[in-house]
Amino acid sequence: MVRRTKTGPIRVLIAKPGLDGHDRGAKVVARALRDAGMEVIYAGLRQTPEEVVRAAVEEDVDLIGLSILSGAHMALFPRILTLLRQEKAQRIPVFAGGIIPDDDARRLKKAGVRAIFGPGTSLEEIVATAQRLARGPA
Amino acid sequence: MSGAPRLPPAARSIVAGDRRALARAITAVENGDPAARPVVRALYPRTGHVPVIGLTGPLGVGKSSLLSALIGRLRAAGRSVGAIAVDPSSPFSGGSVLGDRIRLERRADDDGVYFRSMASRGEAGGISAATREVARLLEAAGFSLIFVETVGSGQVDVAIREVATTSVVVLVPHLGDEVQTLKAGLFEIADVFDVNKSDLPGAERAARDLSELASLGRSADGWSPRIVRTSTTAPMGLDELWAAIEAHERFLDDSGARATGERRRLAHEIAERVRERVGRDVVGRLQRDRELRDLLDRVAARGIDPASAADRLYRDRYRAR
Repeated sequence: MVRRTKTGPIRVLIAKPGLDGHDRGAKVVARALRDAGMEVIYAGLRQTPEEVVRAAVEEDVDLIGLSILSGAHMALFPRILTLLRQEKAQRIPVFAGGIIPDDDARRLKKAGVRAIFGPGTSLEEIVATAQRLARGPA
Repeated sequence: MSGAPRLPPAARSIVAGDRRALARAITAVENGDPAARPVVRALYPRTGHVPVIGLTGPLGVGKSSLLSALIGRLRAAGRSVGAIAVDPSSPFSGGSVLGDRIRLERRADDDGVYFRSMASRGEAGGISAATREVARLLEAAGFSLIFVETVGSGQVDVAIREVATTSVVVLVPHLGDEVQTLKAGLFEIADVFDVNKSDLPGAERAARDLSELASLGRSADGWSPRIVRTSTTAPMGLDELWAAIEAHERFLDDSGARATGERRRLAHEIAERVRERVGRDVVGRLQRDRELRDLLDRVAARGIDPASAADRLYRDRYRAR
């Protein structure tokens, strides 16, 4: 693999796994990250975990943001983390936003999700966290 | 592979089909990372043999949907496909939202497709060198056909000619009268015109207008642009579109235009790289170099005009002695 000796803009994949159709939050976050100078690959609605991971690998993203409001996070997020490991892409940090109960959030963080944002989180906080995660130790 | 020079490990991984290695190399090319150079250099002799199909046209004409539909058909026919979708970067933040994957319909485990989104970064006209290198990486990775999709307005439209072997200009009915098409300069770049969304009224008229315009002249190499009508929702015309693309690719081989076109693109690519370097160099020198700072001061004081200053700078610094 080509070793990185020069970095470009942060590339981030924003995807909505699962079946709910509420993508306003994902779009607002995508736009905020764009305005912070990132290249946002917006994968859109109803992505399977396989599609999310395939997109992350092909697009060589520095970061994956998942938005979910359907309640299926406990099934879908761990599956995505597992697939990332299978693809040897576990170094890509994953963050998430949506309706995720505190207990679930704790368990998901233990499983490897690096940050979880609930309703009402400021965009500044999301952008700052995204920057920190993307530029963290490779 | 006796006789062939040994490839650097990263290049070997790409040739062997390692998608992560390919993805990382593409990023390095995009970033102008010097680490990409040995890989690109080692793979270059293996490239230049596959069609590179450009899709361009105004916002909202359905290029991404068309691309997805074409990929689907080509996969069904057993062809492997690499695709590059270029979207603009914000001139303000430098960021971008790249949304062309949304339309992509394919099995996530299908290794016969590789889809990559690219931001135009900086000047729209300057994307072609990086895009060509990415296309070559995809070819070296074994994809038998490359698509490049660009949003069409002004410079990007024209740049597709410096990337693609066949350029498809995608339009829709009621985009404006034929004079608009002449004005936009699309006739110089289109090998194929596609009136997409042809399930809408007015498509026949639009195609007829294009035919009339096409009959007014032909390109320097003797090809007259084909005009097709498609719809991805109906769906209709996709076979005809592909047939038109293939007809142009055959024409390139039969007429010898493939070699001259490639030579022209390579000349442009080299010039683009030199221009970029010299441009950066000049901007830097005008700030650092005492003599050139004085020159800039004189221009600012209206003592000498910018064109004359440029002449002097070029003569003194760049002309071979």
